[in-house]
Amino acid sequence: MDAILAQLLNGLDKGGAYALIALGLTLVFGTLGVVNFAHGALFMLGCFCAVVFRYLLTIETVTIDPEQLSPWGAPVELRTPLVQDWLGDWGAFLVDYSVPLSVLFAVPVMLVIGIVMERGLIKHFYKRSHAEQILVTFGLAIVLQEIVKSFFGANPMPQPIPSDLRSAADVGAWFGMEAHTLTYPTWRLVYLLFSLGVIGAVFAFMRYTTFGMVVRAGMADRETVGVLGIDIDRRFTIIFGIAAVVAGVAGAMYTPLLAPNYQIGMDFLVLSFVVVVVGGMGSLPGAVVAGFLLGILQSFASMNEITSIIPGIDQVIIYLVAIVILLVRPRGLMGRSGVMES
Amino acid sequence: MIERDGAIMVTGCVTTGEAVAQQALCHELGVIYMSGLTHGNDTTGKDKRRYGFRHFFQGYMSGVAIAPLLAEEYGRERRAYHLTADYNWGWTQEESIMNATEALGWETVRAVRTPLGLGDYSQYLTPVLNSGADVLILNHYGHDMVNSLPQAVQFGMRERMANGKQFEIVVPMFSELMAVGAGDAVKGIIGTQNWNWQLEDDGSKAFTKSYGAEYGVPPSQSAHTGYVQTLLYADAVERAGTFYPPEVIKALEDFEFDGMGNGPTLYRGSDHQCFKEVLVVRGNEAPTSRFDVLDVVGKTPREEVMYDPAIFGGELGPYEPNQC
Repeated sequence: MDAILAQLLNGLDKGGAYALIALGLTLVFGTLGVVNFAHGALFMLGCFCAVVFRYLLTIETVTIDPEQLSPWGAPVELRTPLVQDWLGDWGAFLVDYSVPLSVLFAVPVMLVIGIVMERGLIKHFYKRSHAEQILVTFGLAIVLQEIVKSFFGANPMPQPIPSDLRSAADVGAWFGMEAHTLTYPTWRLVYLLFSLGVIGAVFAFMRYTTFGMVVRAGMADRETVGVLGIDIDRRFTIIFGIAAVVAGVAGAMYTPLLAPNYQIGMDFLVLSFVVVVVGGMGSLPGAVVAGFLLGILQSFASMNEITSIIPGIDQVIIYLVAIVILLVRPRGLMGRSGVMES
Repeated sequence: MIERDGAIMVTGCVTTGEAVAQQALCHELGVIYMSGLTHGNDTTGKDKRRYGFRHFFQGYMSGVAIAPLLAEEYGRERRAYHLTADYNWGWTQEESIMNATEALGWETVRAVRTPLGLGDYSQYLTPVLNSGADVLILNHYGHDMVNSLPQAVQFGMRERMANGKQFEIVVPMFSELMAVGAGDAVKGIIGTQNWNWQLEDDGSKAFTKSYGAEYGVPPSQSAHTGYVQTLLYADAVERAGTFYPPEVIKALEDFEFDGMGNGPTLYRGSDHQCFKEVLVVRGNEAPTSRFDVLDVVGKTPREEVMYDPAIFGGELGPYEPNQC
């Protein structure tokens, strides 16, 4: 029972990440009709927002101490972080919490990147075929990767979890179980709550604001909304920016779980497309449901009891589900009729 | 390189898979291959070649070297859970460390293969918690270990009690870059190394000093093994008085040398494996610099890590290049 609960928790944790990453992708497809293969690169750029933010917080002054020598005989460099020097304990707190605080940095940066990307490139491919969209956005992703690589190198750049959140939470004890029966990393629980919060915010924005209502109307019938005198293209541009923000903050908060490098986006690209296909292209609820469903399935498929019967099933389960969905219900679990159907 | 540039010696690799492939090709073409970082048993075991030589230690030696310290630190009644990178090196590492720990009296609860290059290990770490194991052995290297070890620590495994004992994590094979990449998670973790820049012998100190002056960082064990391999090849050519590979090979086979940081060393002729002291290390609890990540806590003598070459099989093949 403990093992099942632990895997369920792991599945929810994974599912939260999958849903968050897929959300922006399906948002762009639902509004602009663009198959954006650069979405993984946006996730990667979000990761590097956290890296840059920490770098800025940890800029140091370097002084040479001629009294101390390194093992190779060079004078030792003494490094003092400027922020801590200026702000004392408050500065140390900022450095310690650099990852969650980097979300505040990532939001404007990713919004600008998203809008520039849409206005500068993507808008020229609205009326082109999906194959051309895939080619150009995939090419864009590679260009962005190489730019990041040229600045930051190819090695992963681990980002620390805030010291208060590094331990494992005794989740079992919250539900009256014996101590340490069911523990789970606190940061992963934070990420799950963060995912739910961002997903909830996107849904609330789309449902309860006038902007969101107009966008949803545009998704249903773009021409009619245009005839009403509403500049739907401008709103769709902002939606692309919001999708970039969602991918970016998902990436920034993920950095303590997986040290980012320039290729991290590609790792999530295929996965997020599978989630979107299973959920239904363009369906926001579908992306969320499919994200959690696939996360939980993958987690349970990794249980030793399962892999001992079907070795390797944990690595292919989500792709098997995608194949079955494409065969049985091409529009996905919650996709609109006609989408992905001949 | 061989056909275009006329290379007469090839060196370098970062995995056993690469080493085995390069070594086989070099053998076919009659060019000596002085491998770099390869720790799997196969390189000088079932896949050994007359034209391939390994200075680096290997999985069997790690298992033999680390076992006494594991018994001393963690006792002889332990239940181990292995997570193993699913490729050539991982398999032989798992086999070696499993044999060594089972010889101590440890029980192997389960050995699970993880895909090479996986980022998120949470789905493989979660089952460990309820498996009845009290030791997690990570047969991971490079990025795999840089990801899996911190994630295992995040799961609370360093603070956990299991079977009435403190839960422990073991990483049988360490490198400095991995230790730096894993950050604080490496503190207190026991493993093995081929060489460490903090060794106090004259050869190690001279190499560390000149390397540090050039690059501003201490040399890694990979840099060390690359340097030593090149020196050994150059020395063998001088002693043979020719670049002709069969003569250079004979000069390297059963060659005894010292001064390279691991004490008296033998390049065994029957499998082209170097035998020397193996370092047992522990993640430094209180590093004094960003390079001071691993403490050498023991040295297992060369005689104890030697083995019968027949146990890993393989054939070296002929000396003459036209017969390869």
